[in-house]
Parts: sequence; structure tokens; C-alpha cells
Amino acid sequence: MSEEAITKTSYHIPVGPIHPALKEPVYFEFELSGEKIIDVNVKLGHVHRGVEWASRKRNPIQVLYLAERICGICSYCHPAAFTLAVENACDIEVPERADYLRVVQAELERICSHILWAGVAAHEIGFDTVLYFTWQIREKALDLTEFLTGNRVTKGIMTIGGIRRDITPDMLPRIKRDMQFFKDNFEKLRHIFLDDKTVKMRSQNAGILTKDDAIKLCAVGPTTRASGVKKDVRTGESYFAYGDLDVKCITPKDLTGTVNGDVYDRIIQRLLEVKQSIELIEQCIDEMPAGDIVSEPKIPKLMNQIKKIEGEGVGRHEAPRGEVIHYVKFDGKSENPYTWKVRAPTYNNILPWIPMLKGEQIADIPIVAASTDPCMSCTNRVAIVKDSKRYELTKEQLHKLSVEKTRRLMK
Amino acid sequence: MRFSMLPSVFVQMFKKPWTNKFPAKYAPSNTTQFLKDVGEGKAEIIPPIPPEKGFRGKIKYDKEKCIGCQLCIKYCPCEAIEFKPKDKKIKIYLSRCCFCSQCNDVCPTNCLTMGEEFLLADADPYSKDLIVE
Repeated sequence: MSEEAITKTSYHIPVGPIHPALKEPVYFEFELSGEKIIDVNVKLGHVHRGVEWASRKRNPIQVLYLAERICGICSYCHPAAFTLAVENACDIEVPERADYLRVVQAELERICSHILWAGVAAHEIGFDTVLYFTWQIREKALDLTEFLTGNRVTKGIMTIGGIRRDITPDMLPRIKRDMQFFKDNFEKLRHIFLDDKTVKMRSQNAGILTKDDAIKLCAVGPTTRASGVKKDVRTGESYFAYGDLDVKCITPKDLTGTVNGDVYDRIIQRLLEVKQSIELIEQCIDEMPAGDIVSEPKIPKLMNQIKKIEGEGVGRHEAPRGEVIHYVKFDGKSENPYTWKVRAPTYNNILPWIPMLKGEQIADIPIVAASTDPCMSCTNRVAIVKDSKRYELTKEQLHKLSVEKTRRLMK
Repeated sequence: MRFSMLPSVFVQMFKKPWTNKFPAKYAPSNTTQFLKDVGEGKAEIIPPIPPEKGFRGKIKYDKEKCIGCQLCIKYCPCEAIEFKPKDKKIKIYLSRCCFCSQCNDVCPTNCLTMGEEFLLADADPYSKDLIVE
């Protein structure tokens, strides 16, 4: 009965640690029995870019551009959180109009990020026509970003004490036209994701994160809200203009009436948030007060003010992936930060992968891992060790497995 | 519904592609030869899509207005600007520039502005096109 003994032995798949496109390279060790995942082990801390140390040689204005380069997709959230931290430390008042303009930029970035994610998720289950459809919408969002900020990705829009570019009345028709385009296409996208059989059969009851686990593991953003935890910095804390706006914490319960915490719920959650973001931008445009956009236009004067500050500040912002926290300390001797600490949302959403992945199949790793919205080229380095023979499972092979599972289920 | 994307796929078959085929419809086998042909008028470049108003391109520098205060050097995030102490003017290395236009904001005399030019690829980081002075 030697054959039976072999089937009972579990084997290991190491994933990682180097994934160029993942923001925080991690190392996974999957313990498998056949196709089923029994246990997952995550190891963090494989990369250290020294961004925080580099900030000590730069003044806060220069750090804004350094913060922008922490993440490509969240290139607004990091400078935003850093600015909030500096404003907290130095007690800088921000003009009301700048607060509204900041919300417009934050929500536009959320639309971009969530639609990009929807395309990647569809690609992971082998539904590539949706990928092209979502990127067609995203292209429009990026064009609008370029129109408002002057660049497509690294926006360079944030500044301490305000925002760098105003929305003038002649820009409004274009913004309203694009918002209408998003609304029309959003309905189409919602129909595809929520009514299509292909998406449903792969995402329902896959990668379940229970409410208890989500609270225990401190998951943030859409990952935790999809499990029914009402955690949102926009409603929990009053910053930017969110206090004046009609923003409420949404969960999949608003649409379906139940919360399962599976991949399907995370899809619903992100689609609902896209709709919420469109509404928030429209509301901002309508209610925006007139006034200045920067509290102190003379940057050298602002720097002299910061130079005298001795203290610390915390900035919290709801990024598309969840809550991002920046901590800044000034020592009162120079305008450069004495310390700067960044906590990106993906860091919190790594541990929930463990309860999500337990009990799933290898072919489910891409969609379950992608459902928390990390940058997914991490599956590029999978090596299977079976019977002390080692072979590699590349991203393409893993993707093929996932596509095959979709086909198998369709039969 | 099983094939919700199918109508879109069929419509797509009768649409023109979105891609602007810049600089030529097919990639030229010899780029230098192609550029030579363009110079002689034998071939034509398909123009790029013009950037939006307010796009941050190659920096324009008005030397006469500059007073040599060095504020732009202090606030440049990527140390792309060098000071020339002799004539008290600046020199901008575009190969290091991140096109944030922060120097435009701090300049007290408004001698720096952002242009529209964005085709700045060059094999030599110190070529004449990439240094503004």
C-alpha cells in the first residue's frame, strides 16, 4: 500500500520572496495535500528601500515627491497622508476649497484603482474580454486625471497647506461628461460582474474571510468591508471635506442583503465603491465653495514655519486598498523630518490571506490573492517540491491552471 | 446570463482600433534610416496625440529674468538643477528632472515655465537637448 502513503503526504510550494511588481515582497509557503491547501505560512520584510531614511535629507516639499513614488497606483494617497501628518504636526489650516479639491482627486484615484482591479480579477479567472473593457473605462479615467493634474500617473497635485491646481468653471463640462460616461459604463460592468455565470461560479464561496477573522487580523479597506466590518477612515474620522459630504460606510449587505465575505462579495464591494466615488465627485463639484486653494502660497515662508516646529503628527487616509497611515516627527532644528514612518494598506491585508486560502485549491490562489488587491505578479515564482524533485510553476502556468478550472466548471 | 460580453466583442470587430500608430504604422527596421528619410521628406511621421492643456513638459528658462536666488535648487526633489556661480544662472539637467514643476512654483520672478515638448528620449544623458540653460 505504498501508493496510499504517498497520497497522504502533504507537499510544499514556496512562493516568493522576490516579486518586482508587488509593493511588499512576501514569502509564502503553501502546504498542500493533492490540490487542497492545508496551511499557509507568510514571511514579511524582504525588501527595504530606505524611503523613510531618504526623507531625512529632504525638506517636506521634496518628500511629497518621494512619497508619490512609494506606489504607482496610489500615487495620490501617500502624499495625501504625508501632508495630513505634516499639517497635524504644524497646525496648518487648509482652505475649504482645497479640501473639496482633494476629495475629487482621492475619489478619482479610487475609480482608477478599483476599475483596474476589476480587470485584473477578470483576467485571473480567464475572462479577458472584461479586462479590455475595464481598461477602456480606465483609459478615460486616466485622461481625466491628466486633464486635472497635468500627468497620468505621478500626479504631483498635493502640496502642504492646500492643493496645486484649481478646477476652473471651463473645466466643469468635461468633468460632467466623463462622469456620465463612467455612470453608463458602470451599469454595464455591474451587469457583467454580478449577473455573469463565469464570474459567479469562480468567486462565490471562494476565499472566505469571516467577520471575526477580519477584525482579529486587522484587515483594512474593501477587504474588511466585504466581510461586514464597517471600517472606513472617511466616515470614522473627519478629514478633507468628507465631514460635509454624504459619505456612508457601505458593505455588500446594501445590495444583496447578506454578507458572506467571499471573493464575490469583495467584487460587489469594489463596484459599489466605484459608484459611491462617482457620486462623491459629482457632489463635490456641485457644492464646492469659492476661495483660495493654498493657505500659504510662498513656500520658503511655509518652510520657515515648519523649521520651528518640534512635535509629531499622524496622517490617516482611506486609500483604494484601505487605510494608509503616515507618522512624521520634527525636531525643531531643521525643516527635514526627524522621522517618517509609512504603513501601507497591503501590509494589513497580507495576513487575511491565510484564512482565505486554507481549504482552497491551487487554481484558486490567483483569484483569492488578487481579491485583496495586492500587485499580483507575485505568482511568478512558484516552485513545487514533490518527492524531493523540484520544479517551477510560473505565473503563466498558474494562470493556465486557473483558466482550465473555469472551463471545467462551465461543462 | 452566460455570454454577457459577446455583443461587445462583435461590435469591436467593426470598430477602428484606438491606438494612434506613432511614429509609423509599422516599426521601422532601421530607426536611424527612417529618421533620415523623414528629414529628406521621403517618409512621414504619424503625429502623436497632443497633450492636454497644462501638461508638464520640457522646462523653458528665461535667462534674462533669473536673479540667481537658488530657491529652485533648494526645492527640486531630484537635484536636477545646478548653479553656475560665475554668471549667477542655473543649469537644468532634464535627464534627472521628474517634471513636477515645483521650481516653477517657488521661482519669485517666474522665469521658469513648463513647455509642451515631451519627446525627450536620448542615448546620451548630457546631450544638448536635455540640458536647459
